[in-house]
Amino acid sequence: MAPFWEDVEVGMEIPSLVKKPSSKELVMWAGASGDFYQIHYDKDFATGTGLSGIIVHGALKNSYLGQLVTDWIGPEGTLRKLSVSYRAMDYPNDNLTCKGKVTRKEVQRGQHLVECNLWLENGKGEKTTVGSATVALSSRHPRRSPRRRAATKA
Amino acid sequence: MAQGPLVTETVRKFIGAKSEAVTMDIEEGHIRRFADAIQDPNPLYHDRVAARASRYGGIIAPPAFLRAIRMVLPKVDLNLPLTRLLDGGSDWEYYHPVRAGDTITAVTRLADIREREGRAGKMVFVIHETTYTNQLRQVVARQRSTMIRY
Repeated sequence: MAPFWEDVEVGMEIPSLVKKPSSKELVMWAGASGDFYQIHYDKDFATGTGLSGIIVHGALKNSYLGQLVTDWIGPEGTLRKLSVSYRAMDYPNDNLTCKGKVTRKEVQRGQHLVECNLWLENGKGEKTTVGSATVALSSRHPRRSPRRRAATKA
Repeated sequence: MAQGPLVTETVRKFIGAKSEAVTMDIEEGHIRRFADAIQDPNPLYHDRVAARASRYGGIIAPPAFLRAIRMVLPKVDLNLPLTRLLDGGSDWEYYHPVRAGDTITAVTRLADIREREGRAGKMVFVIHETTYTNQLRQVVARQRSTMIRY
């Protein structure tokens, strides 16, 4: 069930999302995204560049964190901003857990906005990707004129 | 190994250079294959009936779908003696949904170039900003992406 803005609190965690991409899914991603850089499917090529094996595409992890947010906000919520920064490599067949936490809420020009931190942990619990998102949610009181810039910060 | 800074004034002069425009028709089947690669079953990407009944009125694309538009970089020769390449990350801003049936045009601008000493030697961060515009001339999204050369 998609949350209303009023039901979201700073510090609240977003329901996590676990992914375990196989090499087959990396090839599917390569085909769908058009990113055919060989470090994502050719082990010899990947090790030749100093990597320990084929690695998960950064943009696929970007998509996983995007899904984490869109699953949470549902079709009534709108993704406004999404930032991702890749800190370490991820490898296929590892459990990649996407997580997030609400950091800020505000009403701006009638928009009910929520900001959150996002991250992706590998099977060892290391944060290999970090990021943030801003979403607009539905309000339980859409007609009440909101106090402008009524911000609550973590 | 190269001595001195790689990102010289000559290189920095390329900041602001723009690419040619690239145009892509957004196809429903492509959206589905993209969502399948993520393993994202969201009905807005797969189900015409559910998407039609939603506030979008039809199939839309997932947030990072615009990555599927071939990125054409500005034609500048940074002349960096670095052969390896990694994706450092992206900052997206979304203004309008991307729909099946849209025609999206992407233009990429060289936004910044920075240099840092990393574990593997010199690293150069090349930041591109891509603006995506639909057939109604609405800017649907902007992406700032960081490419790491090392």
